[in-house]
Amino acid sequence: MTSGALHPPDSRPAADSVPIPSSLVTLLVGMALVLSGLWVGYNVDLLPLDASANAPVYDSLFRVLFSIGTILFLGIVGLVVFSLVRFRRRAGDHTDGLAIEGNLLLEIVWTAIPAIVVLFVGIYSYDIYERMGGMSSLNDHSAMHQMPAMETMEASVSSAEGGQEPAARVWGGIGTGAGEANVLPVEVTAMQFAFIFHYPEGDITSGELHVPNGRPVELRMKANDVIHAFWVPQFRLKQDVIPGQPTVLTFTPTKAGSYPIICAELCGPYHGGMRSTVIVHEPDAYDAWLQKNSPVTATVASAPSTPTA
Amino acid sequence: MTVASPNDFQDSLQPQGWLRYFSFSLDHKVIGLQYLVTGFLFYFIGGAMAGVIRAELASPISDFVSRETYNEVLTLHGTVMIFLWIVPVVNGGFGNYLIPFYVGARDMAFPRLNAVAFWMIPPAGILLIGSYFITGAAQSGWTAYPPLSLTTPALGQVVWIVSVLLLGGSSIFGGINFIATVLKLRRPGLKLMQLPMYCWAMLGTSILVVLSTPVLAGTLLLLSFDIVAHTGFFNPALGGNVVVYQHLFWFYSHPAVYIMVLPAFGLVSEILPIHARKPLFGYTTMVYSIMAIVVLGLVVWAHHMFTSGTPPWMRLFFTIATSFIAVPTGIKFFNWLATLWGGKLALNSAMLFSCAFIVNFVFGGITGVALAQVPFDIHVHDTYFVVGHFHYIVYGGTVFVIFASIYHWYPKFTGRMLNEDLGRLHFLLTFVGFNLCFAPQHWLGLNGMPRRVAEYDPSFTTLNQISSVGALLMAISSLPFLYNVLVSAFRGQVAGDNPWNALTPEWLTSSPPPVENWIGAAPLVEHPYGYGVDEETLSLEAATGKDLWSGAGRR
Repeated sequence: MTSGALHPPDSRPAADSVPIPSSLVTLLVGMALVLSGLWVGYNVDLLPLDASANAPVYDSLFRVLFSIGTILFLGIVGLVVFSLVRFRRRAGDHTDGLAIEGNLLLEIVWTAIPAIVVLFVGIYSYDIYERMGGMSSLNDHSAMHQMPAMETMEASVSSAEGGQEPAARVWGGIGTGAGEANVLPVEVTAMQFAFIFHYPEGDITSGELHVPNGRPVELRMKANDVIHAFWVPQFRLKQDVIPGQPTVLTFTPTKAGSYPIICAELCGPYHGGMRSTVIVHEPDAYDAWLQKNSPVTATVASAPSTPTA
Repeated sequence: MTVASPNDFQDSLQPQGWLRYFSFSLDHKVIGLQYLVTGFLFYFIGGAMAGVIRAELASPISDFVSRETYNEVLTLHGTVMIFLWIVPVVNGGFGNYLIPFYVGARDMAFPRLNAVAFWMIPPAGILLIGSYFITGAAQSGWTAYPPLSLTTPALGQVVWIVSVLLLGGSSIFGGINFIATVLKLRRPGLKLMQLPMYCWAMLGTSILVVLSTPVLAGTLLLLSFDIVAHTGFFNPALGGNVVVYQHLFWFYSHPAVYIMVLPAFGLVSEILPIHARKPLFGYTTMVYSIMAIVVLGLVVWAHHMFTSGTPPWMRLFFTIATSFIAVPTGIKFFNWLATLWGGKLALNSAMLFSCAFIVNFVFGGITGVALAQVPFDIHVHDTYFVVGHFHYIVYGGTVFVIFASIYHWYPKFTGRMLNEDLGRLHFLLTFVGFNLCFAPQHWLGLNGMPRRVAEYDPSFTTLNQISSVGALLMAISSLPFLYNVLVSAFRGQVAGDNPWNALTPEWLTSSPPPVENWIGAAPLVEHPYGYGVDEETLSLEAATGKDLWSGAGRR
């Protein structure tokens, strides 16, 4: 679609005995370009394991963007290299090129095609965004009502900050678990330089995030000091944790295993060491973990890994 | 209107000869070269800081410098490279040197303001870099997000703010000067739509500078109140809002990207037609696309905040607005490709750097459109993917153009040519080193390496080492460049007035030009890109796109 009009026809002098029509060459080169772009996009493997419900959705967006990007990049680089070789100035040639100052049709074509591509990408990524739950908190009030437990968290926020008015709204990160019935709430506190996870069900406090496979998890996040960001690359999710402004992030893990939790916002000297682990258990194993740690006295399962080096 | 002329001072106060480069000179060419040389000094300082960063990242543990020093260095690296290298060089440096020529004037509209704008830069730069040695530099990144910037050592942060305020002020003075010069100082008879493209680029850039830099200045003032006077504008503990700072900061700092690349677009538009021996393709659409980028550039800032607290509708709006910048930008790139097509391309250093700019910038633009998509951004925001992306834009884009421009205009600055073989060696080393350094960073970001870290997951070691090798190559690449620039000033082949056989007005005078640019009246250049042979076989009216692409009528 894109390259057919953009890619140049072959411009070898028509001295050959059987000249190939330039439109045909353009068409073939364009098709080859599109096919190779699609092939590259389909086979590209640059992302880490997909371990949450929205990761495969993300990956399909990535493939589409990668295909379009490959077609454009190869097409333009091809044109530059072709021009540099084909139109290079031969030794002793001091003449000028053609005095062509513009062409309205071409301008219209290369305005319209990127506009269409960009519009397509925008609409498609909006669709992806919706499938990832990005628009679910469009209505802040309904989002609030779906999360009755949020009030308790705000209360704790306000008491922690000494009588400050509770934040009027909770900023939603994207996520696929919002508003579901069996959602597992976890309170996350970010501080220099650790994440602390607290489970209201069972009153467990942990330095690592333990979640059961397949069950939506809702992280209610607050920061004690500076801005941090909660990022799990395998979940394709990131949300800033902002002092004075609770945020919420939901996800549904789909593959058991251990994945890194990374702070992605510069938060001080030990920013690079502010990491933790999310452990996705099979449901049975998660219940066992819950049982084992459930005693009401808060047990720090494992101290946040403070960097040593 | 009266224009202060350098002559007013010359006999009595202004030093002559090389000393004038260290003086409060009012000559736009002297000021332009002052900007350029100062910018290059800061480029090498900022580059040394990049070297520290890449040395630290050669191993996965924090072992080269202390963590605090590392954060100071990354803060200074960003600040120096943006505010003391790219912005002053592509705006102040080339802008001051070229704009008066292009509009047919003898100097800028406000020569004294011009000199003031330049002389704000050295103290600001010395302050900024000196803070590292005296008080300890700022540690909160060039973005200085509160509350981190409120909790890191205050003195360094305040010095950083003062320095950036000075540099912002210099930038605003320059912007006002460029707008006035382009709009009011044109030679009689020269129409706006006859100006070389760089004038339009500088007009658009200066509009952005004047509209957005004051917002940054105000924001940083509030931030300094928070630090010094313990107000609570951005301090959540006092009821402030940290996300408001991000909005205000990016309201300047996204347009700042266009302040860095639009002049580069303009410079490339000057270089390509001359070395391709063809008119600039699509002059009118190039002008409109610059203005479209200016307008759109002002309404995309929140795409830096997709993971902050932003309402969903806003994420959607900024996704679409940001994506649409690709349209006017794309127009410019297609026009450059069409300028190359069917030309007689001289494969010299200026052309090679310009073409590499196209390649690098297209790559950075594609990752940029991807980053504009909220769902994509949420995974890679604040990772090395973003680091890779913006270095493709500002280094692969603008810095490559700066080098192309040096190779192109050096004969005008000095009257002597640069050595082409050294230039091509410089190009090769830079191009390979740059891609080796920054291409792997995209993968690192996708797979879990956040930006601004001194330590990382050991599984990323190999690619980080490749990246560091690339950085080393880039450092080495500056050696042939430096040697070339320094030695050619004295021993280079004498260039003559117009070695490129160009038509733009700066070439229609001696090299280096006299104080008031021309002996006698300024030339009226109505067709700055009037290159090319009009072949009878191809009349412009009858030509179709297919004819142009296929090069019909070429001999």
